Order: sequence, then C-alpha cells, then structure tokens
Amino acid sequence: MGLDTLRLDWELARRGYARYAAYPAATIAGVFVNTVFGFMRAFILLALFEQRDHIAGYDASATVTYVWLGQALIMTIYIFGWQDLALRIRSGDIAGDLIRPVHPLRASLAFDLGRALYHAIYRGLPPLLVGALVFRLVLPADPLEWLAFVISVGLAIVVSYGFRAIYNIVAFWTTDHRGAMFLGAVAVNLFSGFIVPVAFFPDWLAALAHATPFPSMVQLPIDIFIGRATGGEVLGTLAVQLVWAVVLLVIAERLFAFGVRRLVVQGG
Amino acid sequence: MAELRESLSLYRLLIAARVRAQLQYRTSFAIETVAAFLVSFLDFVAILVIFSNVPQLGTWSVAQVALLYALATLSFAFTDLVIGHLDGFPALIRDGNFDLMLVRPKGTLFQVITGDFQLRRLGRVAQALLVLGYALNTLAIDWTPDRALVLALTVPSGVLIYGSVWVAVICIAFWTVEGREAANAFTYGGAFLAQYPMNIFDRWLRRFLGYFVPMAFIAYFPALHVLGKTDPLGLPAVLQVASPVVALAAAVVASTVWRFAVRHYQSAGG
Repeated sequence: MGLDTLRLDWELARRGYARYAAYPAATIAGVFVNTVFGFMRAFILLALFEQRDHIAGYDASATVTYVWLGQALIMTIYIFGWQDLALRIRSGDIAGDLIRPVHPLRASLAFDLGRALYHAIYRGLPPLLVGALVFRLVLPADPLEWLAFVISVGLAIVVSYGFRAIYNIVAFWTTDHRGAMFLGAVAVNLFSGFIVPVAFFPDWLAALAHATPFPSMVQLPIDIFIGRATGGEVLGTLAVQLVWAVVLLVIAERLFAFGVRRLVVQGG
Repeated sequence: MAELRESLSLYRLLIAARVRAQLQYRTSFAIETVAAFLVSFLDFVAILVIFSNVPQLGTWSVAQVALLYALATLSFAFTDLVIGHLDGFPALIRDGNFDLMLVRPKGTLFQVITGDFQLRRLGRVAQALLVLGYALNTLAIDWTPDRALVLALTVPSGVLIYGSVWVAVICIAFWTVEGREAANAFTYGGAFLAQYPMNIFDRWLRRFLGYFVPMAFIAYFPALHVLGKTDPLGLPAVLQVASPVVALAAAVVASTVWRFAVRHYQSAGG
C-alpha cells in the first residue's frame, strides 16, 4: 500500500462527497424531516422528566441533547439501512469492481467516508443547530472533548460501514438482500441506543446491547458528547469502537472473499 | 354507481394480479413480512422501555398508550398496504411515466393507487393486532354501544385520514421531484406522533400535526372516548367522536389538492 493508493482513497472520498452534494433540495427536505422527528422525540422523552429528575444518570438537558445528536447521526451512519453494495452484487456490476486495482470494499469505504462527511455537515448539523436554539443542550466544555467526539463519530461511521457491508454481502448468496437489510436496520435501531438510550434499557437488555458493536455507532459518541464518559473512559470508549471497526471490517473482507469465489456473472 | 362498481371490480382484478405475483417468491415474501413485523415492533419496544422507567406518560398508563399505539399503527398499516407505494410516485413524474396515465380512460389517482400492493406490509398489521389484543385485554373498558361504535369506526377513519394526508403531501412531487422526502414529515411523522398521547407535545406541534394535519383524530380523541378518560387538554368532548367527519373532510381536501396538482402538471415532454 503506497501513497498512490491513499491518493486514490482521497479521490474516491471526494467523489462520495460530491455525489450527495449534487442534490441540495433533497438535503433541505431531509433536514426538515429529521428536525420534525427530533421535536417529537424530544417531547416524548421530556415527558419522562415530569415525574423524575434523573433517569439512569440522564437529566432533561442530557436527554434532549441525546435526541438531537441521534437525529444528526441518522444519515451520517445510515441508521435506516443501505443497499448500494448489494445492488452492485445483484446487477453484476461488482465484476467490474473486481478487475480494478483496489479492493471493492476499500473503494466503497473511501466513497462512504466522503459521503458521511457531507451528511454529517449538511444533514447532521442543521437539525442539531435547531435543537440547540430551541432547547438547552449540554455542550462539551473542553476542546479535547470535542476532538474526542469527532474521532468517535469517525469511528462510528467505519463501524457502521463494516456492519452495512456484511448485510450487503449476503447478496452473493440470495437475490433478495432486502430482508437482511431490514433485519440489520432493526438491530442497529434498537441496540445502538438510537430509539431510546441504552442506559434506559432494563439491565439484561443493556448488557445484551453492550455485547454487540451497535452502541459503537450511536450511543458511544453521544456518551462522549454529553460527558457520560470522561477522562480515561473516553480513551476506553474510543478503543472499544476501534476494536469493533477492525473486527467488522475483517469479517466483511472474509465474507466478501467467500462470496466472490461462488460469483457467476453472465454476459460478455 | 355503475362506474363505482366497475372501478371496484377493476381494482380487485389488478390487486389480485399483484398479490399473485408477490406470492411467487415465497421465501422473499416470508422474510420481508417478518422484517416488516419487527420494524414495526421497534416503535412498541421504545414505548415499553420508556415505561420501564416511569409508571405513566402524561397521565397515560402503559396499556392506555398501547391502545393509542395499536389504533394508530393499525390504521397506518392498512394505509401503507394500500397506498404505501405512493412514496415511489415522484419517480413516475421524473421518468415521464405519469404522462401515460393521463391518456388512459381511468382516473389518474386510481391508476397510481392500483400500481402496487405490498402484501408484506401485513407484517405490520399483525404486530398492531397483537398490541391491540394486549391493550384491550389489560384495560378494563366499560363497554357501551357508543364506545364500541367509536372503536369500530376509528380504524376506517384513520385509514382515510392517513390516506388523504399521503395523497395531499405527495403532490409536492408535481413541483419538485427532489424535495419529495419532505412529505415523510407528514406521513411517517404523523404516524409516529399519533402513537403517543397528544398532551405530551408542545402546543405548536400539536396544532400543526395534531389538528391542522389531523393526527389527533387517528387515535388520541377516539381513545379518550373509549377509555372514558378526561382529556388532559380539556378540549370539547364532541371532538372525541368527530373522527369519521374529519376523515371525510380530509378526503375532500386531498382529492381537491390532487386535481389541482394534476391540472397544473407540466410534463417534462419527450
């Protein structure tokens, strides 16, 4: 792996960014929807604090901050699913990717990182800003916490990519990848802590969630932002995310290799 | 009347063909039905997790919220089954295929609605029925004829309201194909809102999505009547039985918006 490959990754990431920057009206519409849902989710969880001051260490401000960060992560890590790779496998386009000098998963990861940057800025920040204007959010005081949060979101994107790649690679074995995608999205929505914070779960469900890579996609970056993880815990959190990122990428790569071995593409 | 009968039989014919086609792929159908069941179940898991931390939400108990959830989800599931593919309608405009519909001897809306019928969405119906069973079983409802009637009319009214909102907001595609996702705030957003007690939302959100887009009539108002519960918002009791009227009004508005949009449609040509 030389500088040339890194240069190529960079170019692919820029294409990923540009691909999504080309549709500003779609972005505005999406921001509108994410914002409306953000308000609904915020009011629902705030209703819990009419009866209690704290739930599992969250106060009202931390909970509202959690909601708006979650809304900002929806597109950034594609919480509701992604099927681009599966569609390339199904159509046979993957054959074209295979003869290129970069591993298809690496190329698609680079593209996805560029896409995620666009979505983080243009789909993530606007709802977060609206939330910050209307509600009192908890903001990190220390620049280092901001830095740790940005790194954590970056790792969350890679972890989510690894998992998305795995349920897309299923398309090598079945022409119907949508079922796998839906089931994958269900797992992400629940166990990542996106729909309700993992800390609100009953103990057994929280323990189950923490044994999976899913909190690394949503809950862990949020924990850093709202200060649930501090000091050395922040490094521990980032380490957990890094481990899951590597594990999922390796599994995806192995599965992909198996899939390619049984790939038959028609046509000349 | 004869025209209506003809439309209905044509509808049955077209939908039967779509259903037969989907049942050809049994495994896909089974997996996607189960997936629809689970996706829908997530929303209810959220409610259960919330209630594992507090005994009530805005004076509503878990079984009462389950009733709201079940009524809202059942209405939404049936609407989704019949016209959920309207989400793909903007593609018809973009590809120019809507022009074809204009020259056929049937209404455009009829053709769009018969364009698909996703049987797998029955997974959501099944999930909502389970929760409804749980709610009705747990709540000691003091049944009277009027309560039974209100409950029976809730889901048909809800389907008509959701359907009307869906048709009205998807008309945005006649002007901007890219911005069509904005419609989701009303369709999916409204469906989400209706699962919860209206009184926990801030006033402006209630006014906008609860009354203007009449999501409060999907489950909240009828549930108050069925439960014999005092409205935490203190609104007139007549609203609790008004859902069918609101539904008919919504249908009139939606068909007016649709006709207005089609009249102003300018094809991309070609």
